[in-house]
Amino acid sequence: MNFYIIYILVAIILFSFLAAFTLFAVYAERKVAGFVQDRLGPMETGKFGSLQTIADILKLLQKEFISPANSDKLLFAAAPVVVFVAVYLGFAAMPWAPDLAPAALNLGLFYVIAIISIEAIGVLMAGWGSNNKFSLLGSLRAVAQIVSYEIPAGLALIAAVMITQTLNMQELTINQGVLSNERLLFLGLWDVSKVGGFLAWNIFQAPHLMLAYIIYFIASLAECNRAPFDIPEAESELVSGYHTEYGGLRFAFFFLAEYCMMFLVSMIGVVLFLGGWNTPLPNIGTVKLAEWTTGMWWGIAWILIKTLLIVGLQILIRWTLPRLRVDQLMSLCWKVLTPLAFLCMAISGVWRIMVMVG
Amino acid sequence: MLKRTLHAFITAAKGLSLTLKHLFAARKAREELDIKQENYFEKQQGVTTIQYPKQEIPIPEIARYQLDVEIDDCIVCDLCAKACPVDCIDIEAIKATEVIGKTSDGSVKRLYAAKFDIDMAKCMYCGLCTVVCPTECITMTDNYDRSFAKLSDLVYEFSEMSEAEIEEKRAALARSQAEKEAAKRK
Repeated sequence: MNFYIIYILVAIILFSFLAAFTLFAVYAERKVAGFVQDRLGPMETGKFGSLQTIADILKLLQKEFISPANSDKLLFAAAPVVVFVAVYLGFAAMPWAPDLAPAALNLGLFYVIAIISIEAIGVLMAGWGSNNKFSLLGSLRAVAQIVSYEIPAGLALIAAVMITQTLNMQELTINQGVLSNERLLFLGLWDVSKVGGFLAWNIFQAPHLMLAYIIYFIASLAECNRAPFDIPEAESELVSGYHTEYGGLRFAFFFLAEYCMMFLVSMIGVVLFLGGWNTPLPNIGTVKLAEWTTGMWWGIAWILIKTLLIVGLQILIRWTLPRLRVDQLMSLCWKVLTPLAFLCMAISGVWRIMVMVG
Repeated sequence: MLKRTLHAFITAAKGLSLTLKHLFAARKAREELDIKQENYFEKQQGVTTIQYPKQEIPIPEIARYQLDVEIDDCIVCDLCAKACPVDCIDIEAIKATEVIGKTSDGSVKRLYAAKFDIDMAKCMYCGLCTVVCPTECITMTDNYDRSFAKLSDLVYEFSEMSEAEIEEKRAALARSQAEKEAAKRK
């Protein structure tokens, strides 16, 4: 009986964290957008506009549910739930600190990738259910894009998995720091099992994973439908894509899902390539920085800092780069990223056999 | 293909460094708002937003903003109403029976301004009325931020005469005209 309470408690904590993160991220996004364009961003609500997103969400909560007359009522109502739940469930397998994860799944990474693919179905439901040409076009673009970009993203992740030989997110993280029982080699040369820090992260254990991480990062931008890959929402062409007809709480759920997705894909990247909850500080002789800064609260802090930095980079990229055309998007995915990801995977295999075992 | 990809990455990195520079430059606002200052263009780095009601750009004392009429100096010559391209000035004059007084520049006033309305909703701020005014009583001020809930509030009424006064002056004029008519008929 007790563990049911724990399950519900964990779910509630995760949800409140995600809601708080979304409020913060929307505010940060608007501020960054302002600063990048030499503006100030929101300034009126609260000190420096800090209550702006809270005012926004209060407005959205009060709004009426409006379904367009010719919409498919069931799909229209279910779509935001499907989109959000798909992303939310992805967090179930994410490791936050040593021995701290909602669920320690053996197939963790596989589960996460599988569950966030369901988002594409929700997006298609929203576009089809709205019975609006802009929504439908947006959702078709979104699905084409998400399905295409899952291939380079998945291959880049497999390249990392081949190095660590596990799909368990917790073990993946342990194998990148001082808590590992295996022999970790910095660039395949120097044994850093006892040194740890950033030297033991996957991208430094096997340098070709840097390329894999860049591929994954680009593909993950496309999977979140964020600029420069925001053609599903292209404001200048499609009003706002698949959520054109949505308002109020339903729209808030799409927004929540979008920002949770940003956090989730950044977190997956951090866990697989950037050491997860492992500290970036290495042991230097008797100064055992890595051991001092490993622990539950340290772990949560490190993974939050790393993930938020990546989210910040995503935001900066959105306000820097112009949107890609559909054909450019597809040619980038199929002609550049996918072959490079295959190359990374091949190098990973060779690396595993020649360097790590040999 | 590889060259183009590389080029794309280099240009993306350039763009990112540019936006990052602006992101950190946003810690300070631009220092000089007054374009009349000598080194105005050197002090334009940083946030350009002007938080309007709290912060204002300095403007010239007399520029093409809202009109104001010094009704005591007005000789009700109607030139401004005739010059106005959009007919936003509405003047109604009543002849006085004798000289009323003098304006501050010495012109003789012989007409009462029963009505002197300027419809600011129609005004296009060309300033032609201020040019033709012989006594320079109609001027443009530095006031540009008036807003009203009702459209009729945008009609500025400058005449200071009350209904009773207008009636009285009308009656006086009618009386004197009747007297003149009578004198003519004799």
